[in-house]
Amino acid sequence: MGFLDIDSAFKTYGSVEVLHNVNISVGEGEILVLVGPSGCGKSTLLNMIAGLEDITSGEIRLKGNLMNGVHPSRRNIAMVFQSYALYPNMTVAQNITFGLEMHKVPKAERESAMQEVAELLQIGGLLNRKPAQLSGGQRQRVAMGRALVRKPEVFLFDEPLSNLDAKLRVDMRTEIKKLHQNLGTTIVYVTHDQIEAMTLSTRIAVMNEGHVQQLGTPKEIYDAPANLFVATFMGSPSMNLVPVTIKANGEAVYAETSNSFGETVRLAVPEAGSDLRSMSGKTVTLGIRPEALTDKDGADHRSTHVERCASAVGVTEPAGSDTFVTTSFGEAECVARMRADTDASSGAVIEFAFNMEKAVFFDPGSGIRID
Amino acid sequence: MAAMQQESAIRTSNAARVLIYLLLLLFAFFYLLPLFVMGVNSVKPLSEITGGNMMALPEIWTLEPWRKAWSEAQVGVQATGLKPYFWNSIKMVVPAVFISTVLGALNGYVLTKWRFRGDTILFGLMLFACFIPFQIVLIPMARVLGIFGLAGTTWGLVLVHVVYGIGFTTLYFRNYYAAFPTELVRAAQIDGAGFFQIFWRIMLPSSGPIIVVSVIWQFTNIWNDFLFGASFADFSSQPMTVALNNLVQSSTGVKEYNVHFAGAILAALPTLLVYIVAGRFFVRGLMAGSVKG
Repeated sequence: MGFLDIDSAFKTYGSVEVLHNVNISVGEGEILVLVGPSGCGKSTLLNMIAGLEDITSGEIRLKGNLMNGVHPSRRNIAMVFQSYALYPNMTVAQNITFGLEMHKVPKAERESAMQEVAELLQIGGLLNRKPAQLSGGQRQRVAMGRALVRKPEVFLFDEPLSNLDAKLRVDMRTEIKKLHQNLGTTIVYVTHDQIEAMTLSTRIAVMNEGHVQQLGTPKEIYDAPANLFVATFMGSPSMNLVPVTIKANGEAVYAETSNSFGETVRLAVPEAGSDLRSMSGKTVTLGIRPEALTDKDGADHRSTHVERCASAVGVTEPAGSDTFVTTSFGEAECVARMRADTDASSGAVIEFAFNMEKAVFFDPGSGIRID
Repeated sequence: MAAMQQESAIRTSNAARVLIYLLLLLFAFFYLLPLFVMGVNSVKPLSEITGGNMMALPEIWTLEPWRKAWSEAQVGVQATGLKPYFWNSIKMVVPAVFISTVLGALNGYVLTKWRFRGDTILFGLMLFACFIPFQIVLIPMARVLGIFGLAGTTWGLVLVHVVYGIGFTTLYFRNYYAAFPTELVRAAQIDGAGFFQIFWRIMLPSSGPIIVVSVIWQFTNIWNDFLFGASFADFSSQPMTVALNNLVQSSTGVKEYNVHFAGAILAALPTLLVYIVAGRFFVRGLMAGSVKG
């Protein structure tokens, strides 16, 4: 039993199923990030945790107490909304203390709680302003202050940074993480931004079409995606998917594909599992992240399984810190992440290095990872 | 080249502007003419009017017609002037406007923020109220007022106007609240505010423009209503419009046009005042409701 348990939760609107058998257990002090494309059900799940939406079947428990049917204000949760949802007719101070007032907390106590939060978030100078007189970042802080002041068991964040500009978003992301380190409160955080998910979370639940595709630590999700959806959704640029034929030769297992000239390329697969071995002779999908497909000097020196092969460069995209180079393997377009000063140029034939330790394989039919 | 074009553009826009202002002045003059006639004739002795020149300024200025219209003219059985009827109207309009606006706001709040199965159908049915002609409901309404024991009373008129006004006020508030972010309501729910607390503390304080629209609309319609007033009121509760009609239409004695003009202005004064005070919010509120909704 975790701190916050979601047990076989379903949600249907009429005949439309928006959430299918969700099972997530969140430990105390965790940051669980729900990530997925729009319409995947992540916000619905968050609203169900908040009590703003009914749960069709299944159970949600907080510290072991069943939350089904409990009013949102009695769940001891606080929520930060995408639009911040600050009450436009109230000052910042009134916004922050409204919840305490509704819970009949005495005025003196409200005042001191507000001062504490204002100090923590450095919004002391804004207390008498109306939300309309605040900038986006300030509104964001006030919204967090309103959530913090109630000292809830769980914070729920519904895409809180998506209305901020790029720079501020990165700053606030760091600030949320710092805040979490200071307070240690459990957080459930919804976003569609996979970078936010990776950087903030202790665990990620990747969702698509109402199903939890994979639940795991950021590293698990990134290095060992459960299926093709997770593999392509997480990471930017997304994982390269190359059709390969598996060849087992005694102990050794190879993945065979072709380079841009149609020449056969043989990539040795280290530590191939029995499932992959049994696919011998069949075509599977090789997944390799752009940073595991580099020029030969840029390959990870600690990796003991780097395979090299020549291929023609399609286009190069200098991105400052790296240069992205496209080529094709097995007639699939691939992106390689190379050093910024790589000498690869369009049309040139260069050696590409596959870090096969990072390679994963998927069943092209079901999309599920093969070990 | 560009400078020349700009100059000619300025010149044509100036010419166009002069034309527009001339037209506007002409129309303003045209529309203000009746008010002028009423105003001018309400401050001259009757002899000057019957003498033939309606358009001229008075030779002798007098406020006597106004005093007469307000407190002396023969409207009902007694020569009371329009005064008691004016108060009848106020006693009818204020509660009717207040109740219909509050109910409309509540309806709009429920129809947008506490959605339930069939709410759009219910709203559609309520909209029908906006299209039912007054005459159709006269007889059923008379029955209802009789059953409630409200026939011939001011409160009976209040009920009739509230029932008729709810369709409009609900329409206004529903459209306004449809554009009101639902996240605010959800935030308030999490903060622990109940149904009415959210309504009083969050929704109503942000509803200024649409309250003005609703109040102006309801005030004008109810104040100016003649049919319900003539049908359902007795002598003790007749509103201003009915009294004005009785004053002007009386078939005995000399027709005191100057008094009639003064009475008509008195009857129109409150709505005029409401427009002058709150008019600039009216358009703004209508826009806020319609464009965003």
